[in-house]
Amino acid sequence: MADFKQAPAGASNADKLTLWTQNRFPTAFDAYRVHMSEYYAPKAQNIWYVFGALAILVLVMQIVTGIFLVMHYKPDASLAFASVEYIMRDVPWGWLVRYMHSTGASAFFIIVYLHMFRGLLYGSYRKPRELVWIFGVAIFLCLMGEAFMGYLLPWGQMSYWGAQVIINLFAAIPFVGPDLALLIRGDYVVGDATLNRFFAFHVIAIPLVLLGLVAAHIFALHDVGSNNPDGIEIKDHRDPKTGIPLDGIPFHPYYTVHDILAVSVFLIIFSAIIFFAPEMGGYFLEYNNFIPADPLKTPAHIAPVWYFTPYYSMLRATTDPMVNVFCAIVGLAALLAVWKGKLPGLAKVGVVIAAVVAIALLKTFDAKFWGVVVMGAAVMILFALPWLDRSPVKSIRYRPGWHKAVYGVFVVVFFILGWLGIETVSDGKTLMSQIGTVYYFGFFLLMPWWSQLGEFKPVPERVVFQAH
Amino acid sequence: MSNDAIDPDRRTWIGIACGAGAIGTAFVAVPFVSSFAPSERAKAAGAAVEVDISALKPGQMQTVEWRGKPVWILKRTPEQLASLKKTGEQVADPKSQRNPGELTPEYARNEHRSRKPEILVAVGICSHLGCSPSAKLEAGAQPSLPDDWQGGFFCPCHGSTFDLAGRVFKNKPAPDNLEVPPHMYLSDSRLLIGEDKAA
Repeated sequence: MADFKQAPAGASNADKLTLWTQNRFPTAFDAYRVHMSEYYAPKAQNIWYVFGALAILVLVMQIVTGIFLVMHYKPDASLAFASVEYIMRDVPWGWLVRYMHSTGASAFFIIVYLHMFRGLLYGSYRKPRELVWIFGVAIFLCLMGEAFMGYLLPWGQMSYWGAQVIINLFAAIPFVGPDLALLIRGDYVVGDATLNRFFAFHVIAIPLVLLGLVAAHIFALHDVGSNNPDGIEIKDHRDPKTGIPLDGIPFHPYYTVHDILAVSVFLIIFSAIIFFAPEMGGYFLEYNNFIPADPLKTPAHIAPVWYFTPYYSMLRATTDPMVNVFCAIVGLAALLAVWKGKLPGLAKVGVVIAAVVAIALLKTFDAKFWGVVVMGAAVMILFALPWLDRSPVKSIRYRPGWHKAVYGVFVVVFFILGWLGIETVSDGKTLMSQIGTVYYFGFFLLMPWWSQLGEFKPVPERVVFQAH
Repeated sequence: MSNDAIDPDRRTWIGIACGAGAIGTAFVAVPFVSSFAPSERAKAAGAAVEVDISALKPGQMQTVEWRGKPVWILKRTPEQLASLKKTGEQVADPKSQRNPGELTPEYARNEHRSRKPEILVAVGICSHLGCSPSAKLEAGAQPSLPDDWQGGFFCPCHGSTFDLAGRVFKNKPAPDNLEVPPHMYLSDSRLLIGEDKAA
């Protein structure tokens, strides 16, 4: 145990109070040093580095507004829809709290997508930050669960049919699927039991997990140190006397000031949306969700909320012809491995057997099941990113020019898939989403190969920084 | 930390204690996981529904709720029945051979998938992901539908199409035909949905 320190004679009352607290709760003071005043982040972090702080702001906002919504909301299939309208019309300022929460959900996804894209640009998932990235993807999964379960609570038409579709995704799993879906719903149809348990998950279970993961994400980050747009380690060049990285600056006050500016800009945009376009033309709050849930009638056009649509497109893209395409791709990959691959003979036999088994499985189970697998894999593949990227440099700045084009097309494909997910199906659009799905998976699965190709630029020793 | 050698005897006991704890935790988890299953009340709520179909005219469709799901009763016109001959080639499972036990009772395993040729009784839930398809009974070209559309059902969620016997068309996301619930006629105008054996 640390010794009690004595206040020097003539110390002010404030100093005495600080010392009194420090003697009794040193952990708080240590945490402030480790995570704020003596956490050295690389200078020259650009605008892409504000989204972590913004994500924390939105998380806090969702928790606070959520607490106030729970005070008036009723998780009962016969009362839920009316209680949300009650919040909107009768509870003083209830509309504001609810719009903050519903807009906050979309804002959260915008921020998190940008935050993840930053990681992609600068290789922030590479060694030694693999766990930071993995915790981050787990946070993304939790957010998807939060968003999905929260969307059921208003008990509108989109709530009901959205939940019906997503729960039925689990029913597509061979053998255990139908029982699993029954266990999730707690009834033979989406009903009161489903609403109640989703409420429990949305307001307490997932938020607790989410908070734990956010803590792990930040602690792991602060253990290894933040990345920077040059993708180099600032810990390689330390001040010989203090051991502080030469290119590092204390998080507080330098980055807190940086983040406060971002918070201000964010709040201006966020307020504008809340006050002038809280439904965002049907993208943040879908029009059909202003109709109470009707188990007998699916709305003529149903689409998930925008942040799920890229994955939803991939689900819809997986039709029987698409499964045949997958079979062809597996077959070609195996042929290529046998023909060109530098593998021992036994491994080649293994590759052929694996490919035959994979094709047999693809043809055995319904395209419906493979659609679910594709949708799940599109998210889960992110966990593998630190090991898929074999590029000798981390940052996009020092990669070959055509890598930027590969990333650019990836972003465009992601947007197109997102747009297709809100559209009604047609043959042409299905084909587009199939091409998009193949590109999405090609981008990741072929990354070990293409990320090593091309002429890489020399990486600087120290971070590139222009004082201003 | 002591530098003493590891005492294997203590290690064994730690292992046994952890193992016993894990087994105990697994047992305690059982009631919690079981509580996710449908309650007794939910299980009891599946009673059969009796419907009066005397007012149903040819070409008309009526929807009733059975076990929280929409059940369609469609009285097909002779032309609509004839269209099933044309669609027989285009549907994935014309003879209802997939999962017959769950989807199609024995008395409906025919071309029109019904007890009485003109009256179709089907659960209006798509076998893909559970949306309720919309009735597109009019024949002819329409948005999202093929030009040689004979009338049928269109699922707005993922574009699956079904003919007027609830048979799914080929190369659509839905793998199965619409479910025909167990049903029986109590008289010419009274239909019982949810039971097919005389009590």
